[in-house]
Amino acid sequence: MSESTAKSGFSFKKLTHMKLFLPIVCLIAVLLSNLIKTPDFFKIAINNGVLYGYIIDVINRASELVILAVGMTLVTAASGGQDISVGAVMAVAAAVACQILSGGEVSTTVFANPYALAVIAALIVATLCGCLNGFLVANLNIQPMVATLILFTAGRGIAQLVTNGQITYVRVDAYQILGSYFPGNPIPAPIFAALAVVIIAYVILKKTTLGLYIECVGINSRAARLVGLNSTKIKFITYVICGFLAGVAGLVASSRIYSADANNVGLNLEMDAILAVALGGNLLGGGKFTLAGSIIGAYTIQALTTTLYAWNVSSDQLPVYKAVVVVIIVIFQSPVFQKWAKGLGKRRTAVPSAAAKGGAVK
Amino acid sequence: MKKKIISMVLTTAMAAAMLAGCGSSTASTATTSTAASAATTSTASSTASKAASTATSTATSTASKDSSVVTTASGLKIGFAQVGAESDWRTACTASVKDTFSEANGFTLLFDDAQQKQENQITAIRNFIQQEVDYIVLDPVTETGWDTVLQEAKDADIPVIVVDRQVDVSDDSLYTCAIGSDFKLEGDKACAWLDAFLTAKGITDTVNIVDIQGTIGASAQIGRTQGLEDAVKAHSNWNLLAETTGEFTQAKGQEVMESFLKQYDNINVVYAENDNEAFGAIDAIKAAGKTVGSDIKNGQIMVMTFDSTKAGLTDALDGSITLDTECNPLYGPKLQEMIGQLQAGKTLDKMTYIDESMFSADTSVTKVTVSGTDYPITALTQSVIDSRSY
Repeated sequence: MSESTAKSGFSFKKLTHMKLFLPIVCLIAVLLSNLIKTPDFFKIAINNGVLYGYIIDVINRASELVILAVGMTLVTAASGGQDISVGAVMAVAAAVACQILSGGEVSTTVFANPYALAVIAALIVATLCGCLNGFLVANLNIQPMVATLILFTAGRGIAQLVTNGQITYVRVDAYQILGSYFPGNPIPAPIFAALAVVIIAYVILKKTTLGLYIECVGINSRAARLVGLNSTKIKFITYVICGFLAGVAGLVASSRIYSADANNVGLNLEMDAILAVALGGNLLGGGKFTLAGSIIGAYTIQALTTTLYAWNVSSDQLPVYKAVVVVIIVIFQSPVFQKWAKGLGKRRTAVPSAAAKGGAVK
Repeated sequence: MKKKIISMVLTTAMAAAMLAGCGSSTASTATTSTAASAATTSTASSTASKAASTATSTATSTASKDSSVVTTASGLKIGFAQVGAESDWRTACTASVKDTFSEANGFTLLFDDAQQKQENQITAIRNFIQQEVDYIVLDPVTETGWDTVLQEAKDADIPVIVVDRQVDVSDDSLYTCAIGSDFKLEGDKACAWLDAFLTAKGITDTVNIVDIQGTIGASAQIGRTQGLEDAVKAHSNWNLLAETTGEFTQAKGQEVMESFLKQYDNINVVYAENDNEAFGAIDAIKAAGKTVGSDIKNGQIMVMTFDSTKAGLTDALDGSITLDTECNPLYGPKLQEMIGQLQAGKTLDKMTYIDESMFSADTSVTKVTVSGTDYPITALTQSVIDSRSY
């Protein structure tokens, strides 16, 4: 879509210099690779009253990752570090929500408490986790990786404590909606959750000065302070947002399986979220950021996973393929490679122009 | 300075709020569990027994300073190094051992929950050696890295029994014997059941099977996958369409099944390698507008699974899961029997397998035979589920 509009208005060179060009190319490349083995990869049908197809799976399954990537982008931009506790915070939020809804039972078929109460409590707990991370990083100046390592390690323990070490099941249709479909709507509900988060984040960043402040603090926290920005507060806020969004992602993930599986909800998702930020062309050292890039990165990761399923790659080789593709994408986007590619392009254009000149002289 | 004080106060408040959150939820558990069903009372009792065992362990540690602890055949002191409490299955395993080696039965049990960390288990074993236990029971977190600590136990002349997961040591004599599940047999039994079922229903057409594997490399995955692959080779009309890992989780099981359903529209049987994966697969099948059940002639997709947790058997009772092959966590009684034999001076086989049953609400097959041994299929009813502790 962006390509066609770009082509009509800008030159190809301008297009390739757009910040989002490479992430988009990578996503498209991953998706198109499916046509070799699965020609109907892009086919979307209505099956059983809902949208059905690989593309829908990609968009649906990436929802949690998109939500996390938004938070991770802000944290990365402001503090130049990553929040590795988001996966564990997801588990905590899921545990709190399920435990409240089940009223302490291992499995329940009726809500023991109102749904809204569980959601609010889960989000508050997740936000508190974000506050803790933010306090450690912003106020105590602890390195983000180290500060968030605390909840990364303890989070699942806390979730286990909340659920008494059991998997708590909430077998109520209303609880499953967020992870499946709104009644009568053919589009999977997690997509709406991701969309809502993205739109709200986008509006806040564009309509308020928060986005600009985050970039300023990320580029040079001390300089930002000298021009009157409270960099401590801004860093703190990004971690709070990240924690809150981890809570949202946790609720979606938990609704999908209508249970709180403290060991597995959001497992290793923090690494995927960081990868999404990197694949989106953002510097992990902080500063300027592009939210759209991270979101594209998140979809790329899920597209890769779904693609490997569609390719029928055997399970023991799955991580290897994933790693190889990620390495290729990262190299493709690295400054050194881009410089080299640019040089290659210049030489190619330089030779024919020189020949043309020579011809003119004669 | 003022700000710092305020922020300090805020964090303390936050920490307090978090703790209060946890505290209140556990409190609510306690109140509801006293009021409600057998399931929760069993958890309550297991926590109670945990509390009791910690009490006894402190008691014995003080007693052990007084070196004249009498150890008769019944008054044995046993150290149990458990993996953790990561699943219902594990909790049931712990409860079984605790119930068997209770003080009422004349045992002293030192229980250690390693919280999934090998170093905790090694510390626990060293503690057991120092406290001069009579037997060490070890459910190892990992397979490797046990040589040193098991050598220490051997030097102290304390027999070690490895349960559930196995150890990989250079010298087999470092442990006395091992007991666990025969995962290959579980797979074989499930496939023998499928064979018998197809015969009973008179189905001779091609049967298309997909395998949602467990976490690659886990012994349960290796054995169960092997069982299926062998059976597929042995049956010309069994067609294994695909096998992909669902990592033993519901979320992955659902995602993998979604993909399978898009690739193949002729799936007859889903072979899920644990209950959680089966739950996810069933959701995916239903979402795709297909139905689950044993009527594969008329387009239903049959789900076969392993573990037989309470949740799994509940689904098996309503027919969503057709066969659930048990992975038995109740090691207590078998361990007691083995320790009794060791006390009597008998030598045990290096590897003993625990008895495991199979459950199905479908009664067209009543028993299966694997390499000469008959295994009955338990017909599933609500009372069967209620009588189980996990």
